[in-house]
Amino acid sequence: MKRVFQGSISKAAIPLGIVEKNGGERQNAAKPQLTIALSGNPNAGKTTLFNVLTGLKQKVANYPGVTVERKEGVWKLGDTAARLIDLPGLYSLDVTSLDEQIASDVLTGQMSGLAKPDVVVAAVDATNLERNLYLVTQLLEFKIPVVIALTMVDAAEKQSLEVDSRKLSKLLKIPVIPVIATQRKGISELSEAVLRVAAENKAPRLPWLADSDFSEDVKDIHLSLSDDAAANKKIFARYNYISDIYQESVNQKQTLERNISDKIDGVLTHKFFGLVILIAVLLLVFQTIFSWASLPMDLLEQGFGALGDFVKTSLPEGILNDLLVDGIIAGVGGVLVFLPQILLLFLFLSILEDTGYMARAAFLLDKLMSRVGLHGKAFLPLLSSFACAIPGIMATRTIENRHDRLATILIAPFMSCSARLPVYTLMIGAFFTGQTVFGFLSVGAVLMLAMYFLGIIVAIIVAFILKRTILKSPPPPFVMELPPYRLPNFRTVLQNMFTRAGLFLKRAGTVILAISIILWALTYFPRTTEKVQSEKFTAQSQNETVVNDEQPSTGESAQLQNSYAGRLGHFIEPVIEPLGFDWKIGVALIASFAAREVLVSTLSIIYNTGKDANEESETLISAIRNAKKDDGSAVWSPLTALTLMVFFVLAIQCMSTIAVVRRETNSWSWTLFMVAYMTGLAYLAAFLTYQGGKLLGFG
Amino acid sequence: MEVKSKKEEKKIKKKMTLANLAAGSPAKVVKVAGKTVVSRRLMEMGVVPGVAVTVIKTAPFGDPIQIRVRGYSLAMRKSEAEIIEVSE
Repeated sequence: MKRVFQGSISKAAIPLGIVEKNGGERQNAAKPQLTIALSGNPNAGKTTLFNVLTGLKQKVANYPGVTVERKEGVWKLGDTAARLIDLPGLYSLDVTSLDEQIASDVLTGQMSGLAKPDVVVAAVDATNLERNLYLVTQLLEFKIPVVIALTMVDAAEKQSLEVDSRKLSKLLKIPVIPVIATQRKGISELSEAVLRVAAENKAPRLPWLADSDFSEDVKDIHLSLSDDAAANKKIFARYNYISDIYQESVNQKQTLERNISDKIDGVLTHKFFGLVILIAVLLLVFQTIFSWASLPMDLLEQGFGALGDFVKTSLPEGILNDLLVDGIIAGVGGVLVFLPQILLLFLFLSILEDTGYMARAAFLLDKLMSRVGLHGKAFLPLLSSFACAIPGIMATRTIENRHDRLATILIAPFMSCSARLPVYTLMIGAFFTGQTVFGFLSVGAVLMLAMYFLGIIVAIIVAFILKRTILKSPPPPFVMELPPYRLPNFRTVLQNMFTRAGLFLKRAGTVILAISIILWALTYFPRTTEKVQSEKFTAQSQNETVVNDEQPSTGESAQLQNSYAGRLGHFIEPVIEPLGFDWKIGVALIASFAAREVLVSTLSIIYNTGKDANEESETLISAIRNAKKDDGSAVWSPLTALTLMVFFVLAIQCMSTIAVVRRETNSWSWTLFMVAYMTGLAYLAAFLTYQGGKLLGFG
Repeated sequence: MEVKSKKEEKKIKKKMTLANLAAGSPAKVVKVAGKTVVSRRLMEMGVVPGVAVTVIKTAPFGDPIQIRVRGYSLAMRKSEAEIIEVSE
């Protein structure tokens, strides 16, 4: 089932697969006889229409090799089952963006695994007819029959905008069906019209190209950007044609009243109140994903804890038990804990997007973001990343430009997320408590704030460099529609939210499961018996000059020391030594690659203070303070603690983030690049901190 | 449209673009300059010669601007509005 939508499978298999999966009725199992593409401008009501036409029988995946989302479902037109492809929301088909390229490939039948569509249904917003019809003229140029689904007719009525759909249909010579998707009005007429034009299969007329100015080859849809004069002439011809049609089919009753959206904008993009409201909205989003999500997150965590305990006691002891409990349940559970945050964030994102507010937020903040070379839309994903980079990175989907989106993804993990807090808390608790600066500010609070700022500053610098080097591109056009304010469709919002959550679970889940098992195996193998342990250690101390620890190593601690992870810790010790870290911290760094907060539990195991110690536990704190190197000197100093904090601000140390970056960029090279550059930067900064601190006489 | 302030006089001597058009005053697009992705995008969004445009407002930090064209709201940076030549 999993790979069915990769595009390499034969056409017929896909809708059948969906039907089977949903346990559909028998009649659905018929092979779809039609391929229909659904196209339209962004904000034209395309998503709502798609949901109504396909119901829950839809599937979301990416187009092969790119991040553009591919949505399709089965649309039942009487006894004909059609395969409905939802094209990306577009203003034009001139192939200047990835979305446009994909839409164009689908419409010409060049997309692998997809037949050329028999009919295109164009969602056309009645309140914004001219610009919406522009896309229709381009669709017709692909010589595929088009049926217009005229949306937002109720909103047009409210604006006293009379769109004569019959006249429009007569002039364009294609069916124009007014629909109110949420009330299912016009849906049966729409399917009748689609079946009719599919049966006729007449090539559409293109009167705007009839002009002798256009030779046959200029009529070709694919005009390169370089052929400017001809391309511009074509754009003008389309709009001239549209203007004529608009004049004849639309009657705008003169209303002096400003429309409602302008009134709302008067407040929401006001020079002062606009910013105040924006901050309030962002605070609400932030508050929600940061703190209100903590209750369900705690419940999930307890649930997985209980599940782990249950499995541990009910299965016989042994490797399977350990793998299930410590590897799979702990690892995957640790990631699933983020689900409430992701659901809530996507709930907000959907609402902000569907109401039209997201565009306003970008409008308000673009000036600030453009200084770094980013789009105004990058603000919210970056802010969300303070709670957790995973929902933040998923939220970059609202950024259309690929380079902008990549830059935002690459810097999002620098925002200090909630998983860094236990690390900061432990380090501050161990070395910086009770101290104050200026007599009233606690050093801990100042350090905490400094860590947040360090992340932000590095993010700004990196974005600046990225946008001028490997992600260099002409500044992407900000040119962006500010869509009219609309009430979000509840069903669309929920459907969107659960689709995203499902994708996160499925895709990220597989990678995370794999890494969990690998990390578990690294700490689990080879098994240590008391005897083997001493042998191994003797062997080791011959190779390296590591002398066995003076602390009694028993149980879990011994196992960890002798595991592959422990050996890796020894192996990387020369590398991390300039940072002031010993091999034990090395083991903790390796283990916390799974998730930052794992550092705390790993240190607890290493220092034998019990697995359940937390960042505030006194035993762990005193163990850290008292840890001695082989020569008897202290392992930790305040400088080491600070260095470790700096390392954690910048290092990626989170396999869930890596999995999500892989999914969202659809590229292992970008993902590995991110891991490499973040780890490199973290190392460099930690090196400078430690060596600089030593030069200045600290530590 | 009488010329009122010195500032506006200056603008008239220069080429009038959408970037220096006062908010609220109606204008007509004369030309969309350049052969870039931006100029192409603007035209596809309906900003073609002859179309009526109005600047609605400027964002709080002075950029971007919001305009009305063909009955809808379009936001763009001032640098992008500069390539749109207009006449009153």
